[in-house]
Amino acid sequence: MNLKMAQQLRPSKSASKKPKIDWSRREEADNFAHTVKLYRQGKIDHDNFRRFRLQHGAYGTRMTDDYAMVRIKIPAGQIYPHQLEKIAQLSEMYSIGSAHVSTRENVQLHWVVLEDVSEIMHGLADVGLTSREACGNTVRNVMCSPLSGVCNDEEFDATPYAIATARFLLRNPLNQSLPRKFKFNFSCCEKHGMTRIVDVGLIPQIRKLDDKTMQHGFKIFLGGGLGNKSFVGHQLEDFTPEEDLLYTSIAVLQIFDRIGDRKNMARNRMRYLVNEMGWDKFKNLVLKERTIVRATQSVIIRLNINKKSNEIKRPISVSSENGSIPDGYARWLKTTTYKQKQEGYRAVFVTLESGDITANQLRAMADITKDFSAEGFARNGFSQDIILRYVHESDLPKLYSRLLEVGLANSGSLTMASAVGCSGTSSCNLALTNSHRLAKEIQRKFLELKLDDDDDLRDATIKISGCPNSCGQHEIATIGFFGGGARVGKDMYPNYSMSLGGRFDDKSMLGVTCIRVPVKRTIPVILKIIELYKKNKQSDDTLSRWIDRIVHGNESSEIKSVKDMQKVLSPLVVPPSKDDDPDFYADYGSDTSYHTVTGKGECAA
Amino acid sequence: MCSLSNEITYPTVDVDAIRSKINDDSVRLIDVRREEDYNQGHIPNAVNLPLASLLSGDSPESAVKLFEELGIADDTKVVVYDDTFGALASRVAWTLQYIGHKNVALLEVTYSQWKELGLKTSTEKPNIKSTKHSLNLNPEIMATAEYLENAKEKDNVVLIDNRERLNFLEQHIPGSINIPYRTLATDGKILRTKESMRNLLKNRGIPEDAEIITYCGSVGTLSGLAYYALKSIGVPNVKLYVNSFKEWKKLEKPVGKQENAAYWDLSAE
Ligand code: SF4
Repeated sequence: MNLKMAQQLRPSKSASKKPKIDWSRREEADNFAHTVKLYRQGKIDHDNFRRFRLQHGAYGTRMTDDYAMVRIKIPAGQIYPHQLEKIAQLSEMYSIGSAHVSTRENVQLHWVVLEDVSEIMHGLADVGLTSREACGNTVRNVMCSPLSGVCNDEEFDATPYAIATARFLLRNPLNQSLPRKFKFNFSCCEKHGMTRIVDVGLIPQIRKLDDKTMQHGFKIFLGGGLGNKSFVGHQLEDFTPEEDLLYTSIAVLQIFDRIGDRKNMARNRMRYLVNEMGWDKFKNLVLKERTIVRATQSVIIRLNINKKSNEIKRPISVSSENGSIPDGYARWLKTTTYKQKQEGYRAVFVTLESGDITANQLRAMADITKDFSAEGFARNGFSQDIILRYVHESDLPKLYSRLLEVGLANSGSLTMASAVGCSGTSSCNLALTNSHRLAKEIQRKFLELKLDDDDDLRDATIKISGCPNSCGQHEIATIGFFGGGARVGKDMYPNYSMSLGGRFDDKSMLGVTCIRVPVKRTIPVILKIIELYKKNKQSDDTLSRWIDRIVHGNESSEIKSVKDMQKVLSPLVVPPSKDDDPDFYADYGSDTSYHTVTGKGECAA
Repeated sequence: MCSLSNEITYPTVDVDAIRSKINDDSVRLIDVRREEDYNQGHIPNAVNLPLASLLSGDSPESAVKLFEELGIADDTKVVVYDDTFGALASRVAWTLQYIGHKNVALLEVTYSQWKELGLKTSTEKPNIKSTKHSLNLNPEIMATAEYLENAKEKDNVVLIDNRERLNFLEQHIPGSINIPYRTLATDGKILRTKESMRNLLKNRGIPEDAEIITYCGSVGTLSGLAYYALKSIGVPNVKLYVNSFKEWKKLEKPVGKQENAAYWDLSAE
């Protein structure tokens, strides 16, 4: 065989694939810098500046006006190697040397000096990213299941639709001043997408028409959401053809914009509107509005859907040498990888403690993506994780070694072990507890006890919010926690409210409140629940199914209801005296006595 | 202040300029990495002065002696480099300036970057004859704790902390502002471009005609780099608080802190 032929037969390296869309606008960075100046000089008042800042993706930070959190939008979660590298650099230059992957596929940089935000925006523009409309009363990052395109249960890949929707809405006047934030989630199937807990959730569907042609479309769910009061979304109609996707989206946004509540801050998400109006009435309004939109705008606007499939080319760099397989490989393989519908490929879920990743790890992820993913980019997930897809099965041992070298090979990303925690007191103004750290502590404990390897626990989840708002998505967790404070005499301690049985699949429901658990008792309580499950489980049972039966009152063993559970757990949550156990009164990550301090919130406000 | 040749601008020297001067005995290259690293390879003709040896003396007189042994006379053109973002090199360069040496600059890249560019290295040690150097202290580029304490209350004085953000949040000298040393670099060079450095100061509201005092964790390395970053755009009055935060704390001076937030838990380190 001659050299040229040999080269052609070898898979080629997908060196730094570049995205097709530039989401940035450089002049926004300069405008931001200028506006910060005016604000500091007192020429713009606080409220106006705040609105502007949020519109551009910068949140306030806990207890200070000097710092901001910059939320980088990653539409459909698709992130490219050179973008990971840039974020690494920006985190070292302007943030804390780590970045945070959120539950909505964004990447966040915390503790950024407000005056440096514009520098980050410039850096993002270098790689085609933006933070525009990542916060504020706008359409937030359009999410798409990280398995879209590779999921075994999907009817077609929704990714191009998610990207086209994001592209249509970004900087669109339609979406600049809604009554409240607005969220779109595209899924691959019923299981993977959290479509019923957002304003608009979409699951791809194909139907056969009378003339035997196949029509692409969606199941659309409206008015779901988490928060102080949470709701599960309603399905608009049996089938929404793809041509109607944009009209439906516009119709819903217009209705919300027109009649959504702009006064009552705590009740102005669209779900309240749906709730107050009643679903049927709201549905009819949407259908009617859609007819009008279709009639008046059909000629002018269209979603720009790029259906050209991504090039899949297995990189050459790997699998040349056969090193020995390091310890823990089997466990990692079982608990972090997903067999794609494409023969021979897997998607690898890289778990991060509470979504945190160092600059060096980001750089390593960039290299690893180039070296291992045949599609040449990564996808951010729903659980503060990064997913590498199209990894050839024979490259997995080598990938594991590479991840191990940089501390990214924790097992359990697809199991209960990978707890989710919002930022809590680590940066959020409204936080009452350090939910961020608690999620890390729980994950560490689970891995130490090898609970990620336990098939019974695999489909259960733990999610934690640092206050009654739901950024940590606690209501849809099998075991969910939200933070608060409690006291014994005048001594305060961090105390979580625990709920059970939340889920986000086709039987979506919000967890049922069970008991309040002091922070330093959360791990013992979780372990106790697992112990009780093991004692009472049926053959072929899982923890989440068992808890599901309990919250529905269908369980026949010793624990028949949430009340029973509460009773068994209550001895574990009794506070000791401060003299006996001072540590009980301190939150994780703090050596001083616990007290609650909050500032003016922007997550909830 | 410094001119190695016409194409060179203080305070950094570009790679091409130094390549053409490698064999020129009027230029002395100082490699400030550890001796083991130096022995494994360095820029041809560079001499070794590990920062630790310089700091162990801790007096201007002993510093002068060290430089004399490296063959540095009053009019020798000196270029310093390291492999740690330019921070250690900055501290050595600053010391030279402090003892009154006029002609000193930093190499614009680190040793790793030099190698990445595919440029020559060597394991040979140059033959150096020791020489004489005078001592003319240059106190206006140095700040003591006492000086700083008084100065920082004044309107036209800006105090910059160059440690990483989390260290700064946890404790810092009250009234200081934080520019982490990583902010000062750019892709492939130890310092930002002049334009982006000016822009950074402008955004932060730091006037270029202010008196600027920089400090970092312990011996003035990271803040030494900031000193040169500021010099690169011609800020006239920069001082290094050379004993930095370590001394400040030992003296039990007041310390500021970002309260009521568990920011360390956001780090994945
Ligand atoms: S508002 Fe509450 S739930 Fe949201 S990030 Fe802050 S602490 Fe967490």
